Amino acid sequence: MIQIKDLHKSYEMGHNSLHVLKGLHLDIEEGEFVSIMGSSGSGKSTLLNILGILDDYDRGTYYLGGKLIQGLNETKAALTRNEMIGFIFQSFNLISFKNAMENVALPLYYQKISRKKRNQIALEYLDRLGLKEWARHLPSELSGGQKQRVAIARALISQPRIILADEPTGALDSATSLEVMEILKEINDQGKTVIIVTHEHDIAAMTKKIIKLKDGVIEEVIKNGELLAFKNRVSTE
Amino acid sequence: MFDLDRWNEIWNALAKNKVRSLLTAFGVFWGIFMLIVMAGAGKGLQNGVTQGTAKFAANSAFFWSEQTGEPYKGFKRGRYWHMDSEDIQFLKDNIPEIEYITPRNFTGRWGGGSNVIRGKKNGSFNVKGDYPDYIKIDPATILNGRWINELDIRDKRKVCVIGEKVFESMFDPKENPIGEYLKISGVYYQVIGVVRAETTININGRTEESICLPFTTMLQTYNMGNTVNFMAITAKRGVPVSIVEERVKELIKKKHVIAPEDLQALNSVNIEKEFEQMNGLFLGIQILTWIVGIGTLLAGVIGVSNIMLVIIKERTKEIGVQRAIGATPRMIISQIMLESVVLTTVSGYLGLSIGVGLLELVNKVMENSPSTTNDRVFFTNPSVSLTVALSSLFVLVLAGLLAGLIPASRAMQIKPIDALREE
Repeated sequence: MIQIKDLHKSYEMGHNSLHVLKGLHLDIEEGEFVSIMGSSGSGKSTLLNILGILDDYDRGTYYLGGKLIQGLNETKAALTRNEMIGFIFQSFNLISFKNAMENVALPLYYQKISRKKRNQIALEYLDRLGLKEWARHLPSELSGGQKQRVAIARALISQPRIILADEPTGALDSATSLEVMEILKEINDQGKTVIIVTHEHDIAAMTKKIIKLKDGVIEEVIKNGELLAFKNRVSTE
Repeated sequence: MFDLDRWNEIWNALAKNKVRSLLTAFGVFWGIFMLIVMAGAGKGLQNGVTQGTAKFAANSAFFWSEQTGEPYKGFKRGRYWHMDSEDIQFLKDNIPEIEYITPRNFTGRWGGGSNVIRGKKNGSFNVKGDYPDYIKIDPATILNGRWINELDIRDKRKVCVIGEKVFESMFDPKENPIGEYLKISGVYYQVIGVVRAETTININGRTEESICLPFTTMLQTYNMGNTVNFMAITAKRGVPVSIVEERVKELIKKKHVIAPEDLQALNSVNIEKEFEQMNGLFLGIQILTWIVGIGTLLAGVIGVSNIMLVIIKERTKEIGVQRAIGATPRMIISQIMLESVVLTTVSGYLGLSIGVGLLELVNKVMENSPSTTNDRVFFTNPSVSLTVALSSLFVLVLAGLLAGLIPASRAMQIKPIDALREE
């Protein structure tokens, strides 16, 4: 699904250049449930932005679903994002004056699907996430967990092949976090690739593969079988 | 383009900053309102003046004598002289371009006191001596009776044509003045006509307040010899009156032994030139109107641009999310442009309507006011043409687009990542 080879990215900060990703190699198969970890400054946000086609990279190659993602113009990038990727954010990023249903339906609006039809689809997705009764409520009338579920429904509605979640539980308490992770797991079980960026070990431990970043390269990849050992190691640290 | 969601978004964006949106809208409203009102008022002034002078022969010039300004052929400077009746025929014979030429003499109410008496009524009016042709240069409506004719001139009849105001003050409203007598400076004259001026141009006092005698009668009664105070000419069609004016001056100066370079002795007014000046003035008013109006409008438009920038700043995150979940740059740009156009067009249209409404109101009030029937005003039918209205509407939409341009490009500079990371 995702093949990244020798990825370099640096940011210009005035006269200084900050080299963030230094030749990163990464392969993610279709249907994987991956978390990307790393301390701040390790480059995980940069990697996520590149994965989400929100940012361009300097050197290397990035194939998404067999397609080379490189130097796309904004319009093409937007279309690819709309088609391939569903985003979930830490701070939900729902649009405050649209109700839950309209928020969920937004990606379909950009696909020029009629209002009636997209609202109907949005309702279905909300129903699946147990939020049917809340469809007409504004984001300000929802709890944190509910907001994140609305955001997940929004990420799913365009039937993307990858879900990118940036600290999806960062703004939630632990009970709600678990709930959200359960939902993501279910989505993964249905065959979608889910990639989470997190700094919480117990959240990362719920995924099937952990990619640890350090100083712009992958330090360690922990696969499914080793997760228990990872858990133990973390708890002793 | 006409999706409900889109309008919903526009409404929400503007409603979130109600006061600011209103103030901004007011800027545009005021700009277009001022433009319309000023353009209308300028048009009203122009209509008033043009209507007041339209019937006056535009190709006419007027002459009167003053003291000489230069010594010439043994005559010293400051000599008194006057034109005479012979000059009229002389000019007629020598300048074929002259269409009408008529002398006019005055004896005024200078020195005060009443000069006109009828029974117990008395009044103070200008008395003028005229030829029949005069009415062709400075048209007047004959309300009753007739104007001076050739027989009056030939026989030096003691008759008079009176202005409307003279009739009102010397007669009862229901009286028929024709055939009645007025005593003017001690001499009785029979009234033969009542006139109302068709123009607002006054030559030695308003026509309404004047009494016109046959020119020859005046010369005789007032013992004027063959003096001519004042002379009016019109040029034939197609000949600029300025050329005739120069020619008249040249001939008269020669005949009366006045230095050719003397600018003061024979004074004149050229209506053609005055009209040109007036037209220049109106053009100036129009240009000024548009400069001020467009300036005000521009200030309003800059306000719109400014508020759109603020809105975009506040919605950075929202725009970032929209782009992350698949909104193309075109969608974002058109959204912002549309918001800007809606804001300017709605407020501008309001200004346009209220401005036109105000002009209509003024028009109604002026039409209904009775004073306009007698006393002419220099302000008639203020209005803006459909072209002005439509073009200002077009300017508005264009301005809205322009106002949206900077904010839209600013919105495109927002990187989705920055927007989303902004906590």
